[in-house]
Amino acid sequence: MDITALLFASYADVLGRDRVQLALAPDATVADALAQILALPGGEQLPPQPLVAVNLAYARRDHRLRAGDEIAVIPPVAGG
Amino acid sequence: MRGALTREPLDPQRILAEVADAACGALILFVGTVRDMNDGRAVTGMEYSAYEAMAEREMTLIAAETGERFGTAHVVIEHRLGALALGDASVAIAVAHPHRAEAYGASRYAIEQLKQRVPVWKREHYADGTREWVDPTRAHQEVLP
Repeated sequence: MDITALLFASYADVLGRDRVQLALAPDATVADALAQILALPGGEQLPPQPLVAVNLAYARRDHRLRAGDEIAVIPPVAGG
Repeated sequence: MRGALTREPLDPQRILAEVADAACGALILFVGTVRDMNDGRAVTGMEYSAYEAMAEREMTLIAAETGERFGTAHVVIEHRLGALALGDASVAIAVAHPHRAEAYGASRYAIEQLKQRVPVWKREHYADGTREWVDPTRAHQEVLP
């Protein structure tokens, strides 16, 4: 299945883009999506287990993805 | 009871007026502003960005949780995005409660949760012309369901 991952702030800077198209197996998890993102050029500058959101909510690494999900890799938040 | 992002200057007095209620003897307004110094470096300005849909969702959830936890329906959280100057308000939180202890608790809870969970980022601009993303290192924990 195809899933778009959104990238923000420092992570978008080091990966040189603010979204990436992923081709994942039908039973893929957040960890599988992260593995593809971390393998991109610049991905080595991300922490090994960054925060991830699926459909606007924080998700664990074993969260099962579905076609059409919106996944986002969340750099350390700094609001306020 | 609401949380929202805006690119316009915040109006803390309006937010405070929004939570005012004759049944509430305590109103608390928290305003976070852009500081001129961070980690010993002179700051000249700040640029805020967000994962906007998620940030508004988290801020709305925090307002609701704060209300449930402290027993008030009057919680408003606004965060500004874009380029801010020194002293500009970046966040404003207004709460109202019949009593001050709960009002202080609610105000503190809302800002601490915002800092831990809401996907907003800021890039500081320094006097020497450089700029950097602010990375509060603790933000990697404590947010998972």
